[in-house]
Amino acid sequence: MDTLLNNFDLFTEGFKNTLILFSFSAIIALVLGGVVGAFRVSPVTSMRAVGTFYVNTIRNTPLTLIMFFCAFGYPKLQLPEISYMNLAIIALSVYTATYVAETLRSGINTVPLGQAEAARAIGLPFGQTMTLIILPQAFRAVIPPMMSVFIALLKNTTVAAGFSVMEAGAVKNYLSERGEPAIVGLLWVALVFILLVGVLAFLQRKLENMWKVAR
Amino acid sequence: MASRGYRVGMTDSESAPGAAQLNAFETTSNPILADIGKPLVVVSGVEKFYGEFHALKNINLTVTKGEVVVVIGPSGSGKSTLCRTINRLETISAGEILIDGKKLPEEGKALATLRADVGMVFQSFNLFAHKSILENVALGPVKVRKRQRADAEMAARMLLDRVGVGEQADKMPAQLSGGQQQRVAIARALAMKPKVMLFDEPTSALDPEMINEVLDVMVELAAEGMTMIVVTHEMGFARRAADRVVFMAEGEIIEEAEPEAFFTNPQSDRAKDFLSKLLTN
Ligand SMILES: Nc1ncnc2c1ncn2[C@@H]1O[C@H](COP(=O)(O)OP(=O)(O)O)[C@@H](O)[C@H]1O
Ligand SMILES: [Mg+2]
Repeated sequence: MDTLLNNFDLFTEGFKNTLILFSFSAIIALVLGGVVGAFRVSPVTSMRAVGTFYVNTIRNTPLTLIMFFCAFGYPKLQLPEISYMNLAIIALSVYTATYVAETLRSGINTVPLGQAEAARAIGLPFGQTMTLIILPQAFRAVIPPMMSVFIALLKNTTVAAGFSVMEAGAVKNYLSERGEPAIVGLLWVALVFILLVGVLAFLQRKLENMWKVAR
Repeated sequence: MASRGYRVGMTDSESAPGAAQLNAFETTSNPILADIGKPLVVVSGVEKFYGEFHALKNINLTVTKGEVVVVIGPSGSGKSTLCRTINRLETISAGEILIDGKKLPEEGKALATLRADVGMVFQSFNLFAHKSILENVALGPVKVRKRQRADAEMAARMLLDRVGVGEQADKMPAQLSGGQQQRVAIARALAMKPKVMLFDEPTSALDPEMINEVLDVMVELAAEGMTMIVVTHEMGFARRAADRVVFMAEGEIIEEAEPEAFFTNPQSDRAKDFLSKLLTN
Protein backbone atom coordinates (compact mmCIF):
# COMPACT_ATOMS: atom_id res chain seq x y z
CA MET A 1 0.00 0.00 0.00
CA ASP A 2 2.92 2.30 0.72
CA THR A 3 4.20 1.81 -2.78
CA LEU A 4 0.90 3.09 -4.08
CA LEU A 5 0.52 6.01 -1.70
CA ASN A 6 4.09 7.24 -1.83
CA ASN A 7 4.05 7.33 -5.60
CA PHE A 8 0.49 8.40 -6.16
CA ASP A 9 1.65 11.10 -8.58
CA LEU A 10 3.20 8.45 -10.83
CA PHE A 11 0.12 6.26 -10.72
CA THR A 12 -2.33 9.04 -11.49
CA GLU A 13 -0.18 10.42 -14.30
CA GLY A 14 0.27 6.92 -15.73
CA PHE A 15 -3.36 5.95 -15.64
CA LYS A 16 -4.51 9.33 -16.87
CA ASN A 17 -2.42 8.75 -19.98
CA THR A 18 -3.66 5.17 -20.29
CA LEU A 19 -7.21 6.43 -20.26
CA ILE A 20 -6.44 9.15 -22.82
CA LEU A 21 -4.72 6.63 -25.10
CA PHE A 22 -7.56 4.20 -24.68
CA SER A 23 -10.51 6.56 -25.16
CA PHE A 24 -9.19 8.37 -28.20
CA SER A 25 -7.93 5.19 -29.84
CA ALA A 26 -11.22 3.43 -29.11
CA ILE A 27 -13.31 6.15 -30.73
CA ILE A 28 -11.07 6.53 -33.77
CA ALA A 29 -10.79 2.75 -34.17
CA LEU A 30 -14.56 2.41 -34.00
CA VAL A 31 -15.16 4.99 -36.72
CA LEU A 32 -12.27 3.87 -38.91
CA GLY A 33 -13.19 0.22 -38.36
CA GLY A 34 -16.79 1.01 -39.35
CA VAL A 35 -15.61 2.58 -42.58
CA VAL A 36 -13.20 -0.25 -43.38
CA GLY A 37 -15.86 -2.83 -42.49
CA ALA A 38 -18.26 -1.09 -44.89
CA PHE A 39 -15.56 -1.11 -47.58
CA ARG A 40 -15.17 -4.86 -47.08
CA VAL A 41 -18.81 -5.48 -48.02
CA SER A 42 -19.13 -2.72 -50.63
CA PRO A 43 -20.64 -3.60 -54.01
CA VAL A 44 -17.74 -1.73 -55.62
CA THR A 45 -14.82 -4.07 -56.32
CA SER A 46 -12.08 -1.47 -55.86
CA MET A 47 -13.47 -0.43 -52.46
CA ARG A 48 -13.54 -4.05 -51.37
CA ALA A 49 -9.93 -4.43 -52.51
CA VAL A 50 -8.84 -1.39 -50.50
CA GLY A 51 -10.59 -2.73 -47.39
CA THR A 52 -9.07 -6.17 -47.78
CA PHE A 53 -5.59 -4.75 -48.37
CA TYR A 54 -5.83 -2.53 -45.29
CA VAL A 55 -7.01 -5.32 -43.02
CA ASN A 56 -4.52 -7.87 -44.31
CA THR A 57 -1.44 -5.67 -44.11
CA ILE A 58 -2.11 -3.94 -40.80
CA ARG A 59 -3.55 -6.91 -38.98
CA ASN A 60 -0.59 -9.07 -39.96
CA THR A 61 1.92 -6.53 -38.66
CA PRO A 62 2.83 -6.72 -34.98
CA LEU A 63 1.61 -3.71 -33.03
CA THR A 64 5.14 -3.04 -31.81
CA LEU A 65 6.29 -2.57 -35.40
CA ILE A 66 3.45 -0.17 -36.17
CA MET A 67 4.22 1.73 -33.00
CA PHE A 68 7.89 1.68 -33.94
CA PHE A 69 7.14 3.15 -37.34
CA CYS A 70 4.96 5.87 -35.86
CA ALA A 71 7.43 6.79 -33.13
CA PHE A 72 10.66 6.67 -35.13
CA GLY A 73 9.73 6.51 -38.80
CA TYR A 74 7.22 9.32 -38.90
CA PRO A 75 9.48 12.05 -37.38
CA LYS A 76 12.04 11.32 -40.13
CA LEU A 77 9.49 12.11 -42.86
CA GLN A 78 9.87 15.88 -42.36
CA LEU A 79 6.14 16.24 -41.86
CA PRO A 80 4.50 18.48 -39.26
CA GLU A 81 5.53 17.38 -35.81
CA ILE A 82 3.14 15.20 -33.84
CA SER A 83 3.55 14.43 -30.14
CA TYR A 84 4.45 10.90 -29.09
CA MET A 85 1.09 10.66 -27.39
CA ASN A 86 -0.74 11.43 -30.64
CA LEU A 87 1.51 9.11 -32.64
CA ALA A 88 0.71 6.36 -30.16
CA ILE A 89 -3.00 7.07 -30.55
CA ILE A 90 -2.67 6.87 -34.33
CA ALA A 91 -0.79 3.57 -34.13
CA LEU A 92 -3.30 2.03 -31.72
CA SER A 93 -6.29 3.26 -33.76
CA VAL A 94 -4.97 2.09 -37.11
CA TYR A 95 -4.14 -1.31 -35.62
CA THR A 96 -7.34 -1.81 -33.63
CA ALA A 97 -9.51 -0.64 -36.55
CA THR A 98 -8.66 -3.85 -38.43
CA TYR A 99 -10.08 -5.93 -35.60
CA VAL A 100 -13.12 -3.68 -35.32
CA ALA A 101 -13.66 -4.03 -39.09
CA GLU A 102 -13.43 -7.82 -39.04
CA THR A 103 -15.66 -8.13 -35.99
CA LEU A 104 -18.21 -5.84 -37.61
CA ARG A 105 -18.05 -7.79 -40.83
CA SER A 106 -19.08 -10.94 -39.01
CA GLY A 107 -21.93 -8.89 -37.53
CA ILE A 108 -22.91 -7.55 -40.93
CA ASN A 109 -23.30 -11.12 -42.11
CA THR A 110 -25.94 -11.71 -39.43
CA VAL A 111 -28.19 -8.95 -40.83
CA PRO A 112 -30.55 -10.46 -43.42
CA LEU A 113 -29.65 -9.33 -46.94
CA GLY A 114 -33.29 -8.49 -47.54
CA GLN A 115 -33.07 -5.49 -45.21
CA ALA A 116 -30.26 -4.01 -47.28
CA GLU A 117 -32.37 -4.54 -50.40
CA ALA A 118 -35.39 -2.95 -48.78
CA ALA A 119 -33.24 0.03 -47.81
CA ARG A 120 -31.96 0.38 -51.35
CA ALA A 121 -35.49 -0.02 -52.66
CA ILE A 122 -36.71 3.03 -50.74
CA GLY A 123 -33.86 4.98 -52.32
CA LEU A 124 -31.19 4.99 -49.61
CA PRO A 125 -27.71 5.12 -51.12
CA PHE A 126 -25.08 2.57 -50.04
CA GLY A 127 -23.60 4.80 -47.33
CA GLN A 128 -26.90 5.40 -45.58
CA THR A 129 -27.97 1.80 -46.00
CA MET A 130 -24.84 0.96 -44.03
CA THR A 131 -25.01 3.65 -41.35
CA LEU A 132 -28.77 3.59 -40.78
CA ILE A 133 -29.71 -0.05 -41.29
CA ILE A 134 -26.83 -2.50 -41.40
CA LEU A 135 -24.14 -1.22 -39.02
CA PRO A 136 -26.43 -0.49 -36.05
CA GLN A 137 -27.70 -4.06 -36.19
CA ALA A 138 -24.24 -5.46 -36.85
CA PHE A 139 -22.92 -3.68 -33.73
CA ARG A 140 -25.67 -5.16 -31.61
CA ALA A 141 -24.92 -8.63 -32.86
CA VAL A 142 -21.23 -8.45 -31.97
CA ILE A 143 -21.10 -6.70 -28.60
CA PRO A 144 -19.24 -9.52 -26.79
CA PRO A 145 -16.46 -10.02 -29.38
CA MET A 146 -16.27 -6.25 -29.86
CA MET A 147 -15.66 -5.85 -26.14
CA SER A 148 -12.79 -8.33 -26.40
CA VAL A 149 -11.31 -6.09 -29.09
CA PHE A 150 -11.50 -3.10 -26.78
CA ILE A 151 -10.10 -5.00 -23.81
CA ALA A 152 -7.18 -5.96 -26.04
CA LEU A 153 -6.83 -2.29 -26.96
CA LEU A 154 -6.77 -1.32 -23.30
CA LYS A 155 -3.93 -3.75 -22.67
CA ASN A 156 -2.15 -2.75 -25.87
CA THR A 157 -1.86 0.81 -24.59
CA THR A 158 1.06 -0.50 -22.50
CA VAL A 159 3.03 -0.98 -25.69
CA ALA A 160 3.14 2.80 -25.92
CA ALA A 161 5.28 2.79 -22.77
CA GLY A 162 8.19 1.52 -24.80
CA PHE A 163 7.85 4.62 -26.94
CA SER A 164 8.20 7.37 -24.38
CA VAL A 165 4.56 7.73 -23.48
CA MET A 166 4.23 7.78 -19.72
CA GLU A 167 1.28 5.49 -19.24
CA ALA A 168 0.39 2.93 -16.60
CA GLY A 169 2.64 0.18 -17.96
CA ALA A 170 5.61 2.54 -17.62
CA VAL A 171 4.88 3.22 -13.98
CA LYS A 172 6.79 0.17 -12.77
CA ASN A 173 9.98 1.37 -14.50
CA TYR A 174 9.80 4.72 -12.79
CA LEU A 175 9.05 2.96 -9.54
CA SER A 176 12.21 0.89 -9.75
CA GLU A 177 14.12 4.09 -10.45
CA ARG A 178 12.71 5.46 -7.24
CA GLY A 179 13.88 2.32 -5.46
CA GLU A 180 10.47 0.78 -4.87
CA PRO A 181 10.07 -3.02 -5.07
CA ALA A 182 9.21 -3.79 -8.74
CA ILE A 183 6.90 -6.70 -7.98
CA VAL A 184 4.64 -4.66 -5.74
CA GLY A 185 4.43 -1.90 -8.33
CA LEU A 186 3.54 -4.43 -11.01
CA LEU A 187 0.82 -5.93 -8.88
CA TRP A 188 -0.77 -2.55 -8.37
CA VAL A 189 -0.67 -1.81 -12.07
CA ALA A 190 -2.21 -5.19 -12.84
CA LEU A 191 -4.94 -4.61 -10.28
CA VAL A 192 -5.94 -1.29 -11.79
CA PHE A 193 -6.05 -2.85 -15.26
CA ILE A 194 -8.35 -5.56 -13.96
CA LEU A 195 -10.57 -2.85 -12.54
CA LEU A 196 -10.65 -1.04 -15.87
CA VAL A 197 -11.52 -4.24 -17.71
CA GLY A 198 -14.25 -4.74 -15.14
CA VAL A 199 -15.68 -1.37 -16.14
CA LEU A 200 -15.69 -2.46 -19.79
CA ALA A 201 -17.39 -5.73 -18.93
CA PHE A 202 -20.02 -3.78 -17.00
CA LEU A 203 -20.54 -1.54 -20.03
CA GLN A 204 -20.93 -4.62 -22.22
CA ARG A 205 -23.69 -6.03 -20.01
CA LYS A 206 -25.45 -2.67 -19.99
CA LEU A 207 -25.36 -2.44 -23.78
CA GLU A 208 -26.52 -6.01 -24.22
CA ASN A 209 -29.47 -5.44 -21.90
CA MET A 210 -30.40 -2.14 -23.48
CA TRP A 211 -30.48 -3.56 -26.98
CA LYS A 212 -32.06 -6.88 -26.13
CA VAL A 213 -35.33 -5.14 -25.31
CA ALA A 214 -35.13 -3.04 -28.42
CA ARG A 215 -35.12 -6.09 -30.68
CA MET B 1 -60.24 0.71 -69.70
CA ALA B 2 -63.56 -1.07 -69.55
CA SER B 3 -62.08 -3.86 -67.47
CA ARG B 4 -60.86 -1.27 -65.01
CA GLY B 5 -64.32 0.13 -64.30
CA TYR B 6 -65.63 -3.38 -63.90
CA ARG B 7 -62.90 -4.23 -61.48
CA VAL B 8 -63.44 -1.20 -59.28
CA GLY B 9 -67.15 -1.93 -59.19
CA MET B 10 -66.44 -5.45 -58.07
CA THR B 11 -64.13 -4.50 -55.26
CA ASP B 12 -66.59 -1.96 -53.96
CA SER B 13 -69.33 -4.50 -53.63
CA GLU B 14 -67.03 -7.16 -52.27
CA SER B 15 -64.93 -5.05 -49.98
CA ALA B 16 -64.62 -6.08 -46.37
CA PRO B 17 -65.95 -3.81 -43.62
CA GLY B 18 -63.44 -1.10 -42.89
CA ALA B 19 -62.03 -1.19 -46.36
CA ALA B 20 -63.94 1.93 -47.34
CA GLN B 21 -61.74 4.03 -45.10
CA LEU B 22 -58.81 2.96 -47.27
CA ASN B 23 -60.29 5.18 -49.89
CA ALA B 24 -57.61 7.76 -50.46
CA PHE B 25 -54.11 6.36 -50.37
CA GLU B 26 -51.95 9.42 -50.51
CA THR B 27 -49.91 8.68 -53.54
CA THR B 28 -48.71 10.95 -56.28
CA SER B 29 -49.98 8.50 -58.79
CA ASN B 30 -53.60 9.32 -58.08
CA PRO B 31 -54.21 9.36 -61.76
CA ILE B 32 -55.24 12.42 -63.56
CA LEU B 33 -57.59 10.92 -66.08
CA ALA B 34 -55.52 12.09 -69.03
CA ASP B 35 -52.51 10.19 -67.72
CA ILE B 36 -54.20 6.83 -67.66
CA GLY B 37 -52.82 4.71 -70.44
CA LYS B 38 -49.51 6.56 -70.68
CA PRO B 39 -46.61 4.10 -70.57
CA LEU B 40 -45.03 4.18 -67.12
CA VAL B 41 -42.75 1.17 -67.11
CA VAL B 42 -41.24 0.17 -70.42
CA VAL B 43 -39.04 -2.91 -70.50
CA SER B 44 -37.58 -3.54 -73.94
CA GLY B 45 -35.30 -6.29 -75.15
CA VAL B 46 -34.00 -7.04 -71.67
CA GLU B 47 -31.55 -9.87 -71.23
CA LYS B 48 -30.10 -11.00 -67.93
CA PHE B 49 -27.27 -13.45 -67.44
CA TYR B 50 -26.00 -14.83 -64.15
CA GLY B 51 -22.62 -15.99 -65.41
CA GLU B 52 -23.55 -18.56 -68.04
CA PHE B 53 -27.14 -18.84 -66.90
CA HIS B 54 -29.66 -16.98 -69.07
CA ALA B 55 -32.23 -15.77 -66.52
CA LEU B 56 -34.21 -13.28 -68.66
CA LYS B 57 -34.62 -13.74 -72.39
CA ASN B 58 -35.69 -10.81 -74.57
CA ILE B 59 -38.26 -9.43 -72.15
CA ASN B 60 -40.60 -6.80 -73.57
CA LEU B 61 -43.26 -5.43 -71.27
CA THR B 62 -45.06 -2.11 -71.11
CA VAL B 63 -47.13 -1.17 -68.11
CA THR B 64 -49.28 1.94 -68.42
CA LYS B 65 -50.31 4.35 -65.68
CA GLY B 66 -52.94 2.85 -63.44
CA GLU B 67 -52.53 -0.61 -64.87
CA VAL B 68 -52.25 -3.71 -62.67
CA VAL B 69 -50.20 -6.53 -64.15
CA VAL B 70 -49.96 -9.92 -62.50
CA VAL B 71 -46.85 -11.97 -63.32
CA ILE B 72 -47.29 -15.67 -62.90
CA GLY B 73 -45.15 -18.70 -63.70
CA PRO B 74 -43.29 -21.66 -62.28
CA SER B 75 -40.56 -21.23 -59.68
CA GLY B 76 -37.25 -20.25 -61.23
CA SER B 77 -38.85 -18.70 -64.31
CA GLY B 78 -37.33 -15.28 -63.64
CA LYS B 79 -40.25 -13.42 -62.03
CA SER B 80 -38.21 -12.12 -59.12
CA THR B 81 -35.31 -11.28 -61.41
CA LEU B 82 -37.66 -9.22 -63.58
CA CYS B 83 -38.93 -7.28 -60.56
CA ARG B 84 -35.44 -6.71 -59.31
CA THR B 85 -34.20 -5.42 -62.64
CA ILE B 86 -37.09 -2.94 -62.82
CA ASN B 87 -35.83 -1.10 -59.75
CA ARG B 88 -32.26 -1.96 -60.56
CA LEU B 89 -31.52 -4.12 -57.54
CA GLU B 90 -30.12 -6.28 -60.32
CA THR B 91 -28.22 -4.97 -63.35
CA ILE B 92 -29.28 -6.00 -66.85
CA SER B 93 -27.00 -7.51 -69.46
CA ALA B 94 -28.74 -5.96 -72.47
CA GLY B 95 -31.86 -3.97 -73.34
CA GLU B 96 -33.41 -0.95 -71.72
CA ILE B 97 -35.80 -0.10 -68.90
CA LEU B 98 -37.62 3.22 -68.74
CA ILE B 99 -39.55 4.46 -65.71
CA ASP B 100 -41.89 7.32 -66.62
CA GLY B 101 -39.80 8.02 -69.69
CA LYS B 102 -36.48 8.06 -67.85
CA LYS B 103 -33.79 5.46 -68.35
CA LEU B 104 -32.52 3.82 -65.17
CA PRO B 105 -29.21 5.48 -64.30
CA GLU B 106 -26.07 3.60 -63.29
CA GLU B 107 -25.22 3.13 -59.61
CA GLY B 108 -25.08 6.33 -57.55
CA LYS B 109 -27.26 9.10 -56.18
CA ALA B 110 -29.35 9.45 -59.35
CA LEU B 111 -30.21 5.78 -59.21
CA ALA B 112 -31.10 5.96 -55.53
CA THR B 113 -33.53 8.79 -56.26
CA LEU B 114 -35.14 6.98 -59.15
CA ARG B 115 -35.47 3.84 -57.08
CA ALA B 116 -37.52 5.77 -54.58
CA ASP B 117 -40.14 6.20 -57.33
CA VAL B 118 -40.49 2.44 -57.58
CA GLY B 119 -41.95 0.90 -54.43
CA MET B 120 -41.08 -2.70 -53.71
CA VAL B 121 -42.71 -5.24 -51.43
CA PHE B 122 -40.80 -8.45 -50.79
CA GLN B 123 -41.91 -11.96 -49.98
CA SER B 124 -40.03 -11.82 -46.67
CA PHE B 125 -41.28 -8.34 -45.59
CA ASN B 126 -37.73 -7.15 -44.83
CA LEU B 127 -38.73 -4.63 -42.19
CA PHE B 128 -35.79 -2.94 -40.47
CA ALA B 129 -35.58 -5.06 -37.33
CA HIS B 130 -33.99 -2.45 -35.07
CA LYS B 131 -36.50 0.29 -35.88
CA SER B 132 -40.07 0.71 -34.69
CA ILE B 133 -42.95 0.31 -37.12
CA LEU B 134 -43.35 4.08 -37.30
CA GLU B 135 -39.63 4.59 -37.95
CA ASN B 136 -39.71 1.94 -40.66
CA VAL B 137 -42.32 3.94 -42.54
CA ALA B 138 -40.98 7.45 -41.82
CA LEU B 139 -37.31 6.69 -42.54
CA GLY B 140 -37.46 6.97 -46.33
CA PRO B 141 -39.44 10.22 -46.44
CA VAL B 142 -37.05 11.82 -43.91
CA LYS B 143 -33.76 10.58 -45.32
CA VAL B 144 -34.51 10.35 -49.03
CA ARG B 145 -37.33 12.85 -49.59
CA LYS B 146 -35.89 15.24 -46.95
CA ARG B 147 -39.21 15.81 -45.24
CA GLN B 148 -39.52 17.17 -41.71
CA ARG B 149 -39.59 14.33 -39.21
CA ALA B 150 -42.84 15.48 -37.61
CA ASP B 151 -44.60 15.69 -40.98
CA ALA B 152 -43.21 12.36 -42.08
CA GLU B 153 -44.34 10.67 -38.88
CA MET B 154 -47.82 12.11 -39.16
CA ALA B 155 -48.09 10.88 -42.73
CA ALA B 156 -46.67 7.51 -41.64
CA ARG B 157 -49.33 7.16 -38.93
CA MET B 158 -52.04 7.89 -41.48
CA LEU B 159 -50.68 5.28 -43.85
CA LEU B 160 -50.42 2.74 -41.04
CA ASP B 161 -54.03 3.47 -40.12
CA ARG B 162 -55.05 2.92 -43.68
CA VAL B 163 -53.42 -0.48 -43.94
CA GLY B 164 -55.01 -1.33 -40.58
CA VAL B 165 -51.95 -1.43 -38.32
CA GLY B 166 -52.12 2.05 -36.81
CA GLU B 167 -52.29 0.55 -33.31
CA GLN B 168 -48.91 -1.12 -33.80
CA ALA B 169 -47.00 2.05 -34.74
CA ASP B 170 -44.75 2.05 -31.70
CA LYS B 171 -43.96 -1.67 -31.62
CA MET B 172 -40.94 -3.41 -33.10
CA PRO B 173 -41.35 -5.54 -36.26
CA ALA B 174 -40.73 -8.82 -34.44
CA GLN B 175 -43.79 -8.15 -32.28
CA LEU B 176 -46.14 -8.21 -35.29
CA SER B 177 -47.70 -11.11 -37.17
CA GLY B 178 -46.56 -11.81 -40.71
CA GLY B 179 -49.67 -10.28 -42.20
CA GLN B 180 -49.23 -7.14 -40.15
CA GLN B 181 -45.56 -6.91 -41.07
CA GLN B 182 -46.36 -7.18 -44.75
CA ARG B 183 -48.95 -4.42 -44.48
CA VAL B 184 -46.31 -2.26 -42.77
CA ALA B 185 -43.96 -3.06 -45.66
CA ILE B 186 -46.65 -1.86 -48.08
CA ALA B 187 -47.08 1.34 -46.05
CA ARG B 188 -43.30 1.83 -46.03
CA ALA B 189 -43.20 1.64 -49.82
CA LEU B 190 -46.26 3.90 -50.20
CA ALA B 191 -44.70 6.52 -47.93
CA MET B 192 -42.26 7.31 -50.72
CA LYS B 193 -45.22 8.19 -52.96
CA PRO B 194 -43.96 5.86 -55.68
CA LYS B 195 -45.13 5.98 -59.28
CA VAL B 196 -45.32 2.21 -59.47
CA MET B 197 -45.36 -0.59 -56.91
CA LEU B 198 -43.69 -3.96 -57.38
CA PHE B 199 -44.86 -6.92 -55.30
CA ASP B 200 -42.75 -10.08 -55.33
CA GLU B 201 -44.92 -12.91 -53.99
CA PRO B 202 -46.16 -10.73 -51.12
CA THR B 203 -48.33 -13.46 -49.59
CA SER B 204 -46.17 -16.54 -50.16
CA ALA B 205 -44.56 -16.40 -46.73
CA LEU B 206 -47.85 -15.89 -44.90
CA ASP B 207 -50.06 -18.29 -42.99
CA PRO B 208 -53.28 -18.84 -44.94
CA GLU B 209 -55.44 -16.87 -42.53
CA MET B 210 -53.30 -13.78 -43.08
CA ILE B 211 -53.23 -13.79 -46.85
CA ASN B 212 -56.51 -11.97 -47.32
CA GLU B 213 -55.71 -9.07 -45.04
CA VAL B 214 -52.75 -8.31 -47.30
CA LEU B 215 -54.59 -8.95 -50.55
CA ASP B 216 -57.44 -6.67 -49.46
CA VAL B 217 -54.99 -3.82 -49.02
CA MET B 218 -53.56 -4.52 -52.46
CA VAL B 219 -56.98 -4.66 -54.08
CA GLU B 220 -57.85 -1.29 -52.57
CA LEU B 221 -54.57 0.11 -53.79
CA ALA B 222 -55.32 -1.11 -57.28
CA ALA B 223 -58.78 0.44 -57.11
CA GLU B 224 -57.15 3.73 -56.12
CA GLY B 225 -55.36 3.74 -59.44
CA MET B 226 -51.89 2.68 -58.34
CA THR B 227 -49.78 1.20 -61.11
CA MET B 228 -48.78 -2.27 -59.92
CA ILE B 229 -46.69 -5.21 -61.05
CA VAL B 230 -47.55 -8.17 -58.86
CA VAL B 231 -45.86 -11.54 -58.85
CA THR B 232 -48.39 -13.85 -57.24
CA HIS B 233 -50.09 -17.18 -57.63
CA GLU B 234 -53.24 -15.89 -55.99
CA MET B 235 -55.71 -16.33 -58.83
CA GLY B 236 -58.40 -14.66 -56.78
CA PHE B 237 -56.34 -11.50 -56.64
CA ALA B 238 -55.55 -11.66 -60.35
CA ARG B 239 -59.25 -12.02 -61.16
CA ARG B 240 -60.32 -9.25 -58.81
CA ALA B 241 -57.66 -6.67 -59.46
CA ALA B 242 -55.54 -7.36 -62.53
CA ASP B 243 -55.94 -5.82 -65.96
CA ARG B 244 -53.52 -8.30 -67.47
CA VAL B 245 -51.76 -11.52 -66.62
CA VAL B 246 -48.23 -12.16 -67.88
CA PHE B 247 -47.13 -15.78 -67.88
CA MET B 248 -43.39 -16.48 -67.67
CA ALA B 249 -41.42 -19.70 -68.03
CA GLU B 250 -37.67 -20.27 -68.27
CA GLY B 251 -36.86 -16.59 -68.44
CA GLU B 252 -39.32 -15.76 -71.22
CA ILE B 253 -42.74 -14.16 -71.40
CA ILE B 254 -44.78 -16.95 -72.92
CA GLU B 255 -48.19 -15.33 -73.05
CA GLU B 256 -50.18 -12.30 -71.93
CA ALA B 257 -53.93 -12.02 -71.58
CA GLU B 258 -56.76 -10.58 -69.52
CA PRO B 259 -57.18 -12.60 -66.32
CA GLU B 260 -60.43 -14.37 -67.26
CA ALA B 261 -59.12 -15.28 -70.67
CA PHE B 262 -55.84 -16.53 -69.27
CA PHE B 263 -57.30 -18.67 -66.51
CA THR B 264 -60.16 -20.13 -68.52
CA ASN B 265 -58.48 -20.44 -71.87
CA PRO B 266 -54.67 -20.46 -71.75
CA GLN B 267 -53.05 -20.64 -75.18
CA SER B 268 -49.64 -22.22 -74.57
CA ASP B 269 -49.03 -25.77 -73.42
CA ARG B 270 -46.76 -24.57 -70.67
CA ALA B 271 -49.44 -22.28 -69.28
CA LYS B 272 -52.00 -25.09 -69.44
CA ASP B 273 -49.62 -27.40 -67.67
CA PHE B 274 -48.78 -24.79 -65.04
CA LEU B 275 -52.43 -23.92 -64.36
CA SER B 276 -53.44 -27.54 -64.01
CA LYS B 277 -50.73 -28.01 -61.35
CA LEU B 278 -51.78 -24.80 -59.61
CA LEU B 279 -55.39 -25.97 -59.45
CA THR B 280 -54.66 -29.43 -58.12
CA ASN B 281 -52.54 -27.96 -55.29
N1 LIG C 1 -27.98 -14.11 -57.84
C1 LIG C 1 -28.17 -15.16 -58.65
N2 LIG C 1 -27.12 -15.84 -59.14
C2 LIG C 1 -27.29 -16.89 -59.97
N3 LIG C 1 -28.49 -17.34 -60.38
C3 LIG C 1 -29.58 -16.71 -59.94
C4 LIG C 1 -29.49 -15.58 -59.05
N4 LIG C 1 -30.74 -15.15 -58.77
C5 LIG C 1 -31.57 -15.97 -59.46
N5 LIG C 1 -30.88 -16.89 -60.15
C6 LIG C 1 -31.46 -17.92 -61.03
O1 LIG C 1 -32.29 -17.28 -61.96
C7 LIG C 1 -33.46 -18.06 -62.18
C8 LIG C 1 -34.68 -17.20 -61.95
O2 LIG C 1 -34.78 -16.89 -60.59
P1 LIG C 1 -35.99 -16.04 -60.00
O3 LIG C 1 -36.11 -14.79 -60.78
O4 LIG C 1 -35.76 -15.92 -58.55
O5 LIG C 1 -37.21 -16.98 -60.30
P2 LIG C 1 -38.70 -16.91 -59.74
O6 LIG C 1 -38.83 -15.68 -58.95
O7 LIG C 1 -39.56 -16.93 -60.96
O8 LIG C 1 -38.89 -18.15 -58.93
C9 LIG C 1 -33.40 -19.24 -61.23
O9 LIG C 1 -32.99 -20.36 -61.97
C10 LIG C 1 -32.35 -18.86 -60.24
O10 LIG C 1 -31.64 -19.99 -59.81
MG1 LIG D 1 -39.27 -15.45 -56.91
